[in-house]
Amino acid sequence: MKRVLMLLPLAIFLVVAVFLYRGLFLDPTELPSALIGKPFPAFELPAVEGDRQVRREDLLGKPALVNVWATWCPTCKAEHAMLNRLAEQGVVIYGINYKDENAKAQQWLKDFLDPYQLNVSDPDGKLGLDLGVYGAPETFLIDKNGIIRHKYVGAIDERVWREQLAALYQELVDE
Amino acid sequence: MKSMIRALLLGLTVSATAHAAIDTYDFKDEAERERYRTLTEELRCPKCQNQNIADSNAPIAMDLREEIFRMLEEGKSNDEIVAYLVDRYGDFVRYNPPVNTTTLLLWYGPAGLLILGFGVLTVILVRRRRADTAPAARTLSDAERERLATLLDKKDS
Repeated sequence: MKRVLMLLPLAIFLVVAVFLYRGLFLDPTELPSALIGKPFPAFELPAVEGDRQVRREDLLGKPALVNVWATWCPTCKAEHAMLNRLAEQGVVIYGINYKDENAKAQQWLKDFLDPYQLNVSDPDGKLGLDLGVYGAPETFLIDKNGIIRHKYVGAIDERVWREQLAALYQELVDE
Repeated sequence: MKSMIRALLLGLTVSATAHAAIDTYDFKDEAERERYRTLTEELRCPKCQNQNIADSNAPIAMDLREEIFRMLEEGKSNDEIVAYLVDRYGDFVRYNPPVNTTTLLLWYGPAGLLILGFGVLTVILVRRRRADTAPAARTLSDAERERLATLLDKKDS
C-alpha cells in the first residue's frame, strides 16, 4: 500500500506531462467553428462581377468550397494559386470578397486568374459576421443542401487539401 | 487678439472631434452605456485572443462593438446579444463560459481538488493522532525498562 502511494506523485506527473506535451502541438488560434452542421446563413448581396444580386440559393445544388478572401490579405494571395489548381480539377469554389473594394477585387481576378464560379461582395463584413469569420482567408465546405460541413482558417495548400478537405469533399460529391 | 481667440476656438474644435473618435456611440441613457461596457468587457475578441472586445483594436472587434451597440439600440437583452455571438463564434467568445460537459472540469475541478486535499489532510491527521495515543508508543518493554533503570542509576551515582 505504502509503495503504491509512493508512486502516486510520479503517476500525477506523467498524466500532466502527457497533457502538456499534447498542448505543445495545439494551435490556440484555431477555433472550432460554431457553424459546423448548420445551414449556410441566408444573404442577399451584389456579385463582384456583373450587375446582379447573389443569394444563398445560388450556392446550392453541388458541394462546394466557400472561400472568404480580400485583396488586403497577403495570405489570400499565397492561397490563390492553390484555388486555381483546385478549380482546374473541377472543384466548385465560391468566393466571398470580404471587406474589400469591388474595383480592386476585379483587378485581382484579372491579374491572378479567377477560380470562383461566383463571387459575392461583402464590403461591410455582414455575411462574414454571420459566418463567424475573424480573419481572411477562411474556407467553408458546404454540401449540396448548403449545410456547412467543415471550416478551415488560413491558407489552403496541398497538405491541408489532402489531409482535411479532399476526402470529405469527395464523400459529399458521391452522396 | 482676435487671431488668438480664433486659434483657441480651432484648437477646441479639433480636440472635440478627436474625443469623438474614441467615443463614437451615443447611448440613450447611462444604463445602456453600462450594459455596453459589461458586454464588451465580458466578450472575447476572436482574433486577438487575450483581449476582450472593449480593449482590442482588431477590425473584427470594432465590428463586434458596432454590432453590440446596434443590438442594444434594438432593445435586445444581454442574453440575446451573447447568444447571437455564441451562435457565430462559439462559446470561445465568452470570458464567462457556461456550464456544460466540456467545461464541467473547468468549473468544478478546483472545488474537487480542494475537497480531495481536505480528505487527504484528514486521513493524515487521524492516523497521526491514532499513532500518538496508541498504547504501544506509551509503554516500554521489559528490556527497555531495565535499560532505562540502569541509565538512571548511572546518572545518580
